[in-house]
Amino acid sequence: MNEVKVFSEAIQYIKIEVGEEFYGVDISIIDNIVRMQRITRVPNVAPYIKGVINLRGEIVPIMNLRLKMGLEEIEYSKTTRIIIIKTENFGKIGLIVDAVKEVVALEEDQIEKLPYDNSDENHFVNAVGKVDGSLVSLLDINVVLYDKSSKEEA
Amino acid sequence: MDVSQYLDVFIDESKEHLQNLNTQILDLEQEPGNMDTINEIFRAAHTLKGMAGTMGYKRMQNLTHNMENVFSEVRNGEAKVNAAIVDVLFQCLDALDEYVSNIQATGDEGDNDNENLIKVFNDFLEGKSSEGEAAKEEKSEAKEAEPEKAAPETEAAGSSDEDASWKNIKFAESQLVVMKEAVKEGKKVIGLTVTVQESCILKAARAFLVYKAVEELGEIIVSNPSAQDIEDEKFDLEFSLIVISDSDIDALKNAATNVSEIEKAVGGYVVLDGAPAEEKTEEKPAIEPDNKPAVVADKKPSAVDSGANTAAANKTADKKKPVVNRTVRVDIEKLDDLMNLVSELIIAKNSLVSAATTKGASTNNVNEQIEYLESVTTNLHESVMKVRMVPIESVVNKFPRMIRDLQKKLGKKMELYMSGEETELDRTVVDEIGDPLMHLLRNSADHGIEDDVNLRKERGKPEAGSIWLDAYQDGNNVVIEVRDDGNGIDVAAVRNKAIERGTITEEQAASMSDPEIINLLFLPSFSTAKQVSDISGRGVGLDVVKSKIESLSGEVDVKSVYGEGSKWTIRLPLTLAIIQSLMVVIGGEKYAIPLGNIQTIESIVPDEIRTVQQKEVINLRGSVIPIIRLNEVLGCESTRKPEEDYIVVVVKKGDVQAGLVIDELTGQQEIVIKSLGKYINKSKVISGATILGDGEVALIIDPNALI
Repeated sequence: MNEVKVFSEAIQYIKIEVGEEFYGVDISIIDNIVRMQRITRVPNVAPYIKGVINLRGEIVPIMNLRLKMGLEEIEYSKTTRIIIIKTENFGKIGLIVDAVKEVVALEEDQIEKLPYDNSDENHFVNAVGKVDGSLVSLLDINVVLYDKSSKEEA
Repeated sequence: MDVSQYLDVFIDESKEHLQNLNTQILDLEQEPGNMDTINEIFRAAHTLKGMAGTMGYKRMQNLTHNMENVFSEVRNGEAKVNAAIVDVLFQCLDALDEYVSNIQATGDEGDNDNENLIKVFNDFLEGKSSEGEAAKEEKSEAKEAEPEKAAPETEAAGSSDEDASWKNIKFAESQLVVMKEAVKEGKKVIGLTVTVQESCILKAARAFLVYKAVEELGEIIVSNPSAQDIEDEKFDLEFSLIVISDSDIDALKNAATNVSEIEKAVGGYVVLDGAPAEEKTEEKPAIEPDNKPAVVADKKPSAVDSGANTAAANKTADKKKPVVNRTVRVDIEKLDDLMNLVSELIIAKNSLVSAATTKGASTNNVNEQIEYLESVTTNLHESVMKVRMVPIESVVNKFPRMIRDLQKKLGKKMELYMSGEETELDRTVVDEIGDPLMHLLRNSADHGIEDDVNLRKERGKPEAGSIWLDAYQDGNNVVIEVRDDGNGIDVAAVRNKAIERGTITEEQAASMSDPEIINLLFLPSFSTAKQVSDISGRGVGLDVVKSKIESLSGEVDVKSVYGEGSKWTIRLPLTLAIIQSLMVVIGGEKYAIPLGNIQTIESIVPDEIRTVQQKEVINLRGSVIPIIRLNEVLGCESTRKPEEDYIVVVVKKGDVQAGLVIDELTGQQEIVIKSLGKYINKSKVISGATILGDGEVALIIDPNALI
C-alpha cells in the first residue's frame, strides 16, 4: 500500500541529452518521440525553427533545442530524436535533442526548485532533480517555447 | 419525457422561425394590411409556441402565446398594426431570441419572464376591444357570458362525478396565464377526462384519435399524462386534457366518444379563480418539461419519473457547456450523390486491387484504374464541399431588421437593398462572415449616410439614404459588396488624422495615393468619426473586419468617392480545405501556388526584364507587371543559371498583377490545406502546408501576401 502511494506522488521525466548535459522533460506533456526525418524548411522564421514535418498527417513545427539554447548546431546522428510535445496554446511542437536516455521518476523531495531569474532570457531550467547521485535539470517548457520576437510584435 | 434528443432540431427550427418572423414583421410594417404576411406570421408564431411547449420551455411558450394572440386579433381584423406594436413585436422577437440562445448555451431558457412585454400585448389587446365596434363587442360579450353562466352548472354536475380526474391537474403559472387569456378572449377552457374501454388493445392509438379529434375543435394546453406518455401507452385507462376551445363541452365529449372503444368522456369548464394561489407557490419552482402527474394510475411506470429526474439532473450538470452541436442541413439529393460516389469509390478500389494482383499485371491496366480513382475522388471532394455549402441568406437576413433599428436610433432615413442572398459559401465561412458584414453595414449607416438631409438634397440625392448588399460568385471566389450613396471617405481628413496620430509622416502622406490613404483605415485604432457612438467609431472595427476576413483567406477592399459614397468589397474563396494548385520548385524546395490566383505562366527572356523605380518589371502584352523573385522572398538559392529563360507565374489580386519567378514547374495537383500551427504562423508569405503523395511536406505560397 505504502509503496503505491509513494509512487503516485513521483513525477516521471524523460531524460534527454543536449550538448553533453542532461535535461528532464515532464512525461505528461510528451506526445511522442520520433527518429530524425526530413524536415521541410519554412522561410522567414527564427533560426532555431528548423521547419515542419509530417507526423501522421499532421504538420508539426520542429525546433532545434541546441540552437534555442545558444549552442552550436551539430550534425544529426543515430541517436538524434525529435520529442513531440503537446502544448495548450500552440498544439504539437517537436524538439530536436541529441539523445533520449531513460525515464526517471522523481519524488517531490528529490526536486529542488530554482529561484526565478527575470534577467536571464535563456532561463530554461526551473528546477533540478537528484537521481542516484547525479543531477538532472528540469526544463520549463514554456520558457523553451517562448519566442522573444513574438513578444516584441505584440 | 426526455426531449434532449430533439434539442438540436428545436434550436435550428426556432431560429428559422424567428428569422422568418423578423422578415415578415418587417414586411408587415411596410404593408400593414397584407393578409398573406399576417397569416404567415401567425403560422410561424403558432409553430414556435407549439415547439416551445413540447420542449417544456414554459416562459418562451407563454411569451409566444401572447404574441400569437396579437396576431390572431390582427388576422381577424379586430386590431390594426401600428408602429408602436411593431416595435414591441421586435422586442418580443429579441426576447425570444434570447431564450433560444440561453437554451443553446445551457439547455435552460433562463428566468426572464418578460412580463412587461406580455403586459404590453395585453394592453394592446384590451385597448383594441374597447375601441372595437359595437357589434363585435356584443358578440364577444355574448360569448363570454355563455361560459360564465354554464360554468357553475357543469361544475356542480362535475363535482358529483368521481371520474373527473381532470380537476386534479395542477397548472403551471404560465398555463394559468394562457387560460385566463383565453377566457378573456371569450374562449372556453374545458377539462376533459376520457376513459378507454378495458378491453381495448391499442390504447395509445385510441387516445391518439381522441387527441386528434379534440385538437380539431380546440387547442390542448395540458395533457395528463403527457402526450408522449400517452403515445407510449404509459397510462392506465383514462387520461385528462385541458382544452381551450370555441366549442362547448358536448361537442368535445362527442368528438371523444365518437372514437370507438372509448368508454366515456367526462368534462366540465375549468374554474380559474378558485385555488390558483396555492398552486402558484407549489408549481413555480417546477420547470421540468413534465407536469407532475397528479393523478396517474397505480401502475405508474417508474421509468417516466426517473427519466425526468435524470433529465433535470443533466440540465444542472451540463449548464456551462453549450448543449448543441453545430449542424448543417443537407439536401437529400446531395447525400444521394455522395452515396453514389462512395459506391463508385469502392468499385474503383476493387478494380485497382484486382488489376494489381492479376498475374502479369500490365502497368497500363493499373494506370487506367488509378485515373478512374482520381476522377472519383475529385468528384467526391466536390460533393462533400457542396454539402458544406450553405446560402449566405441565413446571415444576411437579419440585416434589414438591423438597418430598421439603426434608422430609428440614428434618426436618418435609409433603405437596405440586398441581392444574391442565395449565394453559397462554406458553412464555416458563413458563420464567421456575419460580424464583419454587420460592421460594414453599421459603418455605412452611421458614417456613410449623411446626417444632414439638406446636404443630401444639395448633392442631388434622394432624402432616404440607400445601402446595398450584393453577393455573387466570381470564378473561384464569392464577392460580397457593401455600398452606400452617402458621404464617402474624406481622404483629406484621413490623411490629417494619420499625420496627427503619427501613423505616417507628412512626407509619406504627400507621396501616398488616395487609395493608399484610404487603406490606412484598416489599421488598428483608426477612426475618423468626429463623435464616438455606440454604433461605430471607436476605432475597433475596420482592422477587426480586415483580420477576420483575412483569417478566412479572403480580402477586403474599399473604393470611395467623396460626396458620392463608398463601396466595400469582400472577396472570399469558395472552399477552404482543398484546392487545386500548381506545384513548383524553388531552390530545390517544393512549393504550391493556388491555381485560383494564377493568370498565366510565361517564359521570359532575361533581356525583357526592365528596371523601373528600382523595381524589376516585365512588359507582358502591353501591361507592365512587377517581377518578384520567389527565391529571394523565400531565402534560398535559385538553381537556374542567369542566362536561362525565366519561368514566370503571373498571379492576380483584384486588379493588380505580379509575376513570380520560379525555378521549375512540376504540375498541377489537388492539395489538402493544413495549417502550419500557431507557433510559426508568422510568415505571411506562407499560407499553410500540404502533404504530398510521398509523405513530404510542401508549403503553400500565398500570392496575395506578395502583391
